[in-house]
Amino acid sequence: MTFFYKNVYINETATIAGPYEKKGPLHHYFDKSYDDLKMGENTWEDAESRILEESVDILLAKINKKRFDIDVFLSGDLMNQLTSSNYAASRLGIPYLGIYNACATSVEGLIIASNMIEAKQIKNAICSVSSHNNSAEKQFRYPVEYGGPKKKTTTFTTTGGASAYLSSEKSLIKVDSATIGTVIDMGIKDVYNMGAVMAPACASVLYKHLEETGRSLDYYDMVFSGDLGIYGKKILPEFMKLEYGLDLKNYDDTATMIFDVENQSVYAGGSGPACLPLVSYGYLFEKMKKKELKRILLIATGALMSTTMVNEKHTIPAIAHAISLEVNL
Amino acid sequence: MEKSRYQKLVKKYKPKENRLFNGMMAFLVGGIMGVIGQFLVEFYASNLEISTKEAGTFMIITLIFIGCLLTCFKFFDKWVHFAKAGLFVPITGFAHAMMSAALDYKKEGMVTGLGASMFKLTGSVIIFGVVSAYVFGLIRILLFGGTI
Repeated sequence: MTFFYKNVYINETATIAGPYEKKGPLHHYFDKSYDDLKMGENTWEDAESRILEESVDILLAKINKKRFDIDVFLSGDLMNQLTSSNYAASRLGIPYLGIYNACATSVEGLIIASNMIEAKQIKNAICSVSSHNNSAEKQFRYPVEYGGPKKKTTTFTTTGGASAYLSSEKSLIKVDSATIGTVIDMGIKDVYNMGAVMAPACASVLYKHLEETGRSLDYYDMVFSGDLGIYGKKILPEFMKLEYGLDLKNYDDTATMIFDVENQSVYAGGSGPACLPLVSYGYLFEKMKKKELKRILLIATGALMSTTMVNEKHTIPAIAHAISLEVNL
Repeated sequence: MEKSRYQKLVKKYKPKENRLFNGMMAFLVGGIMGVIGQFLVEFYASNLEISTKEAGTFMIITLIFIGCLLTCFKFFDKWVHFAKAGLFVPITGFAHAMMSAALDYKKEGMVTGLGASMFKLTGSVIIFGVVSAYVFGLIRILLFGGTI
């Protein structure tokens, strides 16, 4: 399902990153970053909720608005029951929709907000996501201090909070169109190879987007997936070629951009809902402002993994959503 | 694309784990652990004037204590990762697994968190350890005789 927008803009963004991201190549582009994973809080969960709320506060300061000026707050994260988003929303007091599509949540939020703004149901919205390496490790994998050997295909959950302010007021970055993806399950059971789980969902939404908009891959300066990791990034172009006969060249993956994957011990690269927005809201939007990139397609990919279902020997379904952004001249 | 064909594609891009290097590391570190253990046994046996068997218990307690303490200092996970199964399989690995779970869940309360989740990883080691000890003990007695 593809939508076109005439009057939706991403006016401003705010990003907060953790210590590993701070040591990564994109550290200049974050609004704030922390050296300590606890961020002055008592628990990992509190820390994640804090950076999510703080990213909204920084965003509101940037656009010079108060909390009650915002019509809708859309937010999601990886924690059970959307813990971080719910607790941040309870302190923020903005009308709130909690959304979950794992690491595809960021684009899911942008699509919902864009549709509501285009339909003139709301004037503006804030879309946020967060993830935290330690809270995710604790919930999905092993205790944080546990040092069991990990496979090379394992991804490293990004620590960060990212928020975007969308409205119909004209600004440089215009939301052009978006495609909602379908859930794809290619029978992968390996929770340590999420890139392989998500690549077909990414390919599917990319193909649908091109088909429904009548565009070719050359239309975009760059296509970014977030986050397939080092190995998923190799699978995707071959899958596109075999399945759809498309040659994906102008392509990169945010999992391999947020960290220095050669020198930081992050295995296959970054993951988590915050990975794609941390890269795009800071670094990519800066490139768009300098007109180095004029049209980009962001594809957020999420593995809809449940630890219970994986233990019960089920395969892992995946989702991806695409959003096309362009520089408004 | 059929699922089986896709799985072949995934396999094509799957990186090789360096099994030989990992095995050598585990062998080396595990060997050093054995030497430390033996040193402790000799040390306790000669200094405390106890039997070697009793000194063995003292050695285990010492290693468990060190494993737990180093986990609390928050860098043992990096060592275990580096040393592969060398630190992961011996008694230090057990202590480390139990302590790391305890550290994660202590904030959720003494009873509901620490007590309930401390054996999250090691619970299976204990249960299957007890079961296999029972089975192998039974086999030993039935086949080779001996006292219970």
